Amino acid sequence: MLLALLALILAMGGVMLLQKSFVPKFGLDLAGGTTVTLSPVTQSGATPSQESLDLAVNIIRERVNGSGISDAEVAKAGDNIVISVPGAGQEEVVKLVGTTAELRFRQVLAVAPANATPGALPTAPATPAPSGSGAPQPSTTAKPSSTAKPAPSGTPAGRALSSALTNPTPAPSASATGQGDKKDDKKGSGKDEGKATPTPSGSAAPSAPPTEDPFAGVDLTGVDPVVAEQFKKLDCTKKDRGQGIQDEPDKQLAACSDDGVAKYVLDKAAVKGTEVAGANSGVDSTTGEWIVQVNFKSAGASQFAKITGQITSAPQPRNQLAMVLDGVVISAPVIEEPIPGGQARISGSFTQKTADDLANQLKYGALPLKFVQSSIEEVSSTLGADQLRGGLLAGGIGLILVVLYSLLYYRGLGLVAVASLAVATILTYQAVVLLGHNANFRLSLPHIIGLIVSIGITADSFIVYFERMRDEMKEGRRSLRVAVEVAWVRARRTILIADAVMFIAAVVLYFLAVGGVAGFAFAMGLTTLIDIAVVFLFTKPFVALLARLSFFAKGHKLSGLDAERMGRDAPVARTTVSQEG
Amino acid sequence: MSRIGVIGRRLYRGEVDIDFVGRYKLWSAVSGLLLVISIVGLVFQGLNLGVEFKGGSVFSFDKPRASTIETVRSTVEEAGAHQVSVQEAGNRWRVTTQSLAASQVTTVQNAISKEFGIAGNQVSKQIIGPTWGGEVLKKAVIGLIVFMIAIILYLTMAFEWKMALAAVVALFHDLVITAGIYAWSGFEVTPATMLGFLTILGYSLYDAVVVFDMIKEVTAKLGTTSKMTYTQAANNALNHTLIRSLNTSLVAILPVAAILFIGTTLFGAGTLKDLSLALFVGMIVGTYSSLCVATPLLVNLKEREPKYMAIAKRLASNKGGSPQDAPPAGKGKEPAAAATSTGPAASQNGSVSPQKRKKR
Repeated sequence: MLLALLALILAMGGVMLLQKSFVPKFGLDLAGGTTVTLSPVTQSGATPSQESLDLAVNIIRERVNGSGISDAEVAKAGDNIVISVPGAGQEEVVKLVGTTAELRFRQVLAVAPANATPGALPTAPATPAPSGSGAPQPSTTAKPSSTAKPAPSGTPAGRALSSALTNPTPAPSASATGQGDKKDDKKGSGKDEGKATPTPSGSAAPSAPPTEDPFAGVDLTGVDPVVAEQFKKLDCTKKDRGQGIQDEPDKQLAACSDDGVAKYVLDKAAVKGTEVAGANSGVDSTTGEWIVQVNFKSAGASQFAKITGQITSAPQPRNQLAMVLDGVVISAPVIEEPIPGGQARISGSFTQKTADDLANQLKYGALPLKFVQSSIEEVSSTLGADQLRGGLLAGGIGLILVVLYSLLYYRGLGLVAVASLAVATILTYQAVVLLGHNANFRLSLPHIIGLIVSIGITADSFIVYFERMRDEMKEGRRSLRVAVEVAWVRARRTILIADAVMFIAAVVLYFLAVGGVAGFAFAMGLTTLIDIAVVFLFTKPFVALLARLSFFAKGHKLSGLDAERMGRDAPVARTTVSQEG
Repeated sequence: MSRIGVIGRRLYRGEVDIDFVGRYKLWSAVSGLLLVISIVGLVFQGLNLGVEFKGGSVFSFDKPRASTIETVRSTVEEAGAHQVSVQEAGNRWRVTTQSLAASQVTTVQNAISKEFGIAGNQVSKQIIGPTWGGEVLKKAVIGLIVFMIAIILYLTMAFEWKMALAAVVALFHDLVITAGIYAWSGFEVTPATMLGFLTILGYSLYDAVVVFDMIKEVTAKLGTTSKMTYTQAANNALNHTLIRSLNTSLVAILPVAAILFIGTTLFGAGTLKDLSLALFVGMIVGTYSSLCVATPLLVNLKEREPKYMAIAKRLASNKGGSPQDAPPAGKGKEPAAAATSTGPAASQNGSVSPQKRKKR
């Protein structure tokens, strides 16, 4: 046990050494950071509405805190938005939040279920509707697809798509540029891609045996090998699905659907969001369902007509046109027929809200406003050195008090307590350093206080254990070695149940809260796990080891387990009295 | 020879017998009073929300040579602004304060220009919105609700629903009283305070769980022939874990108290004070509530079960006394205890232990 713990500490130390990281990363309040001021730009030059600013603040906050464990601050300042990110020189983050995400229309080149990673088991793609435009149910044609889909999950390979088609450039559809009448109700609404799925047109399928590679059947012809590699590695299950990836229009892109169910390889942008003149949601007068109507500017209209014409007759999934926003696919409807005239209609199982959302996204990109960076500044920590010093000093004094109290109360056992705390401290420090280095976990002052408080929780575990041991000893029938074991069995259960409560709290808050709360919950969960590790791997084995020493086994006065302290024998009374006197 | 010394020694040995459960009327009165005061404070006084929730004012000005974070902060604080946070931004100072009225803004601007010799119009000011908007709070509240449900489910599985209920009621009790103290004291509620609340949440439950685990163990053996009512058994379990409760609380509170008293009186640290006060109050209330709120509530729920009613009835008729009374005095097992004890405490203790021992 003790060896296992030693191995753990050494292993973590080794990683620290390898990564050359010995100091934790600190948060905004302790280390300062980068502050970016964004100013909204409206086309008319008018002041943006407060609602849209609030919305923008929320979206940016989610973007910045996407990873969940660094806490950035986002605030409205007059008409501007001020973002403070911990750490100096956060170019990447500044870029991420500073650019208003633009919408792009891109042809889909390949699709795979989100959890299909190389080396996954053949049964891995359990996701129900990975095929075609499966993921964005609301935004595309959901009517037939959801039911008609013949279990695509089992046969990722079968979903092979024509390898004959290389790039979409051939423009297979003759009617591609057929400019129909403008009023034509363009059907962005796709047909049943479920039907399309099982018919792998082309030769790709036979050559792709249903191996363990879920990509076996995915046709990657014409896909940039680099992008193909990204596609394979793409993990859409993360909280941050790549929002904010620089979406370069002239390059192919591997992206997740915004619900994280599917992932796509997408061609170069066919139409840019700037070509969208407007979008609105409404109810179709004939069918009564919610639809989204998109209008293009003139150049966009012809680009859109061209791309829809080109891909209509392409095999599944290359007949889908994905709308990509902020690095994720918000919708990828199948294009049934060329859509000339600069007006497109998207239908599907929309609710009013989802239709509104999509219309807004099409109109504004992810942000309801366009922003320019008006300043970027490095800022110092908000806390003065005096405050930090004060906090650490006070925390240190508190710790010394704890140590003194443990030694006074538990005597010899107090040493075990202090040693356990020391081990917990080492483990925590290592964990914080490693998480800072690998997951960008940043310590802020509240985290530090949280860690200090967790001492109480850690200490409780062995107090529970010690009290149980004393109970056993008080009964006087057991040798210390037996008592140690019996007490452990009973204490263990209590410790596990109580720690489970803390852990549930941490997990729930981590996943449901944002920013600072999530970071704090993370630290709380971490210390709970460390507590269990310390008690199981250190405190208990250490006590068992000590129980063999005669100092403890015989109940030396200073061992904390002596007869007097247990109030077991007659001499006790005498000593007690003399102490009183 | 003082009485306190005696109590201290008995505490040390675990030879205590405080009738926590029997005095539930006292506790309910105390808790009820505290709750009412807290709620009145929350409703009429309200919480003093920090810049992060309400937004605030930002001043910025070129950094004079002779200025440090500390001097800037004290200048602005002396001008009457609260919640002052000072940052260097490039070669300027950026000072965030609570939301100030127009006249106060002028006062602060004047103070800065006077102290650092900067022209008044060189001190720019800006209104800043909350960094913890409604969305963040909403998510935190949803998180809390989900957590409560998860905890009730978990405790129902690990123990039983009555214990889960009692634990969660005690938790609410703690949170309301802590919030009430904030309302009355006017301390600022910042994100750090919120985090303190969350810690209390875990801590309060943790404490209740350890106590309940012992109660469960002790009461598991109560049968039709048992010599103890559920109330007595629970009370014994409480006394049994009392040392642990006190020790744990002390160990957890010591560093917090150090931060609160030493840290803030000597250094006047803002974030530290917010967080440590919430923790300090919450931990004390949490310890109290697991002993005096959660357990009596649980006992009240359990004594309604036919099984325990039957025991209580039988014991009451046997002895003609109240079931609250201590069971027949067992033989004091420990002479030492008997020597120092002043009442029936030791004997009660003696009767508990055999009960416990039967388990194995």
